[in-house]
Amino acid sequence: MNVEALRSDWTRGASSTRFAVPDMHCAGCIAKIERMLPQSPGISAARVNFSARTVMVSHAPHLAEPDLIRAFDAIGFEAQPLHGAAAAQRNIALQRLLRALAVAGFAAMNVMLLSVSVWSGANGSSRSLFHWLSALIALPAVAYAGRPFFESAARALKAGTTNMDVPISIGVILATAMSLFETMTGGRHAWFDGALMLLAFLLAGRVLDEMMRGRAASGAEALVRRTAPGALVLAEDGTSRWMAADDLAVGDRLLVAAGERLAADGVVETGRSRFDLSLLTGESAPVTLAPGAAAMAGTLNLDGPVTLRVTAVGEARAIAEIARLMESATQAKSRFVRLADRAARLYAPAVHSLAALSFAGWMIAGAGWHQSLLIAVAVLLITCPCALGLAVPVAQVVVCGAMMRAGLLVKDGSALERLAEADEVLFDKTGTLTLGRPQPVDLPALGEEEARIARGLAMASRHPLAVALRQALGGADVGPATLTDVEDIAGEGIYARFEGRPVAMRRPTSKETDRAGQEDAMAVALDFGRGPVHVIHFADALRPDAAEAIAALSKLGLPGAIMSGDRMEAVAAMSGRLGMAGEGGMRPAEKLARLESLIAAGRHPLMVGDGLNDGPALATAHVSMAPASASDVGQQAADIVFLGDSLAGVPRAVRAARATMAVVRQNFVLAIGYNVLAVPLAIAGQVTPLVAAIAMSTSSLIVIANSMRLRWAAR
Amino acid sequence: MNGLLILIPVALSLGLAGLAAFFWSLRDGQFEDLDGAAMRILIDDDEKERPAP
Repeated sequence: MNVEALRSDWTRGASSTRFAVPDMHCAGCIAKIERMLPQSPGISAARVNFSARTVMVSHAPHLAEPDLIRAFDAIGFEAQPLHGAAAAQRNIALQRLLRALAVAGFAAMNVMLLSVSVWSGANGSSRSLFHWLSALIALPAVAYAGRPFFESAARALKAGTTNMDVPISIGVILATAMSLFETMTGGRHAWFDGALMLLAFLLAGRVLDEMMRGRAASGAEALVRRTAPGALVLAEDGTSRWMAADDLAVGDRLLVAAGERLAADGVVETGRSRFDLSLLTGESAPVTLAPGAAAMAGTLNLDGPVTLRVTAVGEARAIAEIARLMESATQAKSRFVRLADRAARLYAPAVHSLAALSFAGWMIAGAGWHQSLLIAVAVLLITCPCALGLAVPVAQVVVCGAMMRAGLLVKDGSALERLAEADEVLFDKTGTLTLGRPQPVDLPALGEEEARIARGLAMASRHPLAVALRQALGGADVGPATLTDVEDIAGEGIYARFEGRPVAMRRPTSKETDRAGQEDAMAVALDFGRGPVHVIHFADALRPDAAEAIAALSKLGLPGAIMSGDRMEAVAAMSGRLGMAGEGGMRPAEKLARLESLIAAGRHPLMVGDGLNDGPALATAHVSMAPASASDVGQQAADIVFLGDSLAGVPRAVRAARATMAVVRQNFVLAIGYNVLAVPLAIAGQVTPLVAAIAMSTSSLIVIANSMRLRWAAR
Repeated sequence: MNGLLILIPVALSLGLAGLAAFFWSLRDGQFEDLDGAAMRILIDDDEKERPAP
């Protein structure tokens, strides 16, 4: 094959996927990933973003996520795919604000230099020159950097309401216009520096706020996309043809090959195979379906071909039902009003009336319209909420940086506000309290050669148990043995030869499994060709510090409960072990109803879940968290994603959120306290541009310094 | 006073140059990965040319 053709084929169809790789620590890790990953077939490039601990992989479109995760695994890194996390249009808004901030900052600094000369006594023609120069810099800068505020204010006025941007816009425009008038008439004071500094501080707050804004990702859309695009339909005469998922009808017979996802809900007619339900339930253990059993769209056929009689298509499928539930839940959540917006609602009218009153008051006192207007401008500038605009975003950005270093990805700034209010925590069981992947419970002591053979066998298969065994066998210090004649027999295991003798990792025979009544799918037999056959049992293990985390949460005032779709007995065992109430056998709609009734009762539940079946619950809950191993739907619906196997991130996040809200409230007190001191001066007409400059920057710096204390909040 | 006529345009143009440089680096994606940039300087990119130890 022509190499050039192959390469151009890759680039044309190249897709890219983002992965979270929390284990990157050093330059060596970056070099290893960026050099070794492109060496595996199909991967054309990898680019590490160390700050976000993510890797962007460009790969051939036929490679699926599990293949890419295996490629990471082969070079010794654990990777988890991130979905919908890259939001391009958010970046555009952020860059626009950053450019405005740069212009405002540049202009403010230059005008400030000229103003300092004026304040230190320049007069006559040089003062006039400096004022003109300031005007030259300030007018285009205000026009450019003020746009975000002017546009938002215009929108608000058009809608007949008022927001924080209205007093800001009026203040900035009035101050600039008055200063221009003063400059032309050779007046003493120009406020160009104040107007620009105000814009710079406010834009800094907006930039930070934009960084924290939630991505309005629609988890529901991603969900339906994950079902198969179509299926092979068997006609009455035995011929088969491919049909798109939309064209399928109830009653069609589908031929589903091994490795294919189902496009419609149905009942198995012939054949017997194991199905991976992890997209729907988040559970890793495959389920065996025999003729007569119901299978749902989105599940993956693992072993052999089956025929399926379609029972539901399109919007009637179970997966579409979950998508609809999530859609409506997300809409309900958007009604939450952020603290900063609630403050703005009270603040904006107060500022307007104060400025108008001081203008009217000085007019009545006979000061003349010129002086009255100057004083009103001073009041507007002084009350403009620099420190108030910084109070929330600075604290949130600082704490999110700290939380990210602790392995907690916050997707939305308002999530912290909501998390601080949480007063109850509900856990999903499988994949949330447990690791959600099989762990060997009784790993036998293997000799060095045996361990190498086992590793070699495990690497030849992508079966979940093989993956679990490979991870349990430990790091790369035990290299895989070189095996020949490797044969992967679906449903049976891996058979190969090592130095001539047959070895196998296979399904244990009924004689070998000593535990009666155990599901044979959760054990493998290792046959080394000589010596005893090792049978390894697997179970879904509890997360390492689940008990401590739950104790810490209840100490924080968040009593826990389990809400699971699993069997009642399994949930009862778990709830007994962890000492909290549990309810099993719940369907997604029941979980959602339970949360809705809690919210209606005035509670603020925190939902921790991972599976697709938790999606609606995660979207409905007051605030939600998901492990990074969650299904992509779970990850998208959750407000905070925690990396790693430990549950300790949950109480840590709650503590950090509460610390943040404490600092935010202090910031509000500081900002409002400054206004209480400065506003009477402004109303009395005692505020010169110099006083305004000092007052504005000091209050902003104090708020920023107070927020910096949160750098260590997520420990 | 004559000095000012030269110095003020010089100061402004230097500031503008800084602003332009910032815009360029923003568009170029220089602020995407601040911690990574500090790390990457430690990566040896000429491993093949290095004499074997």
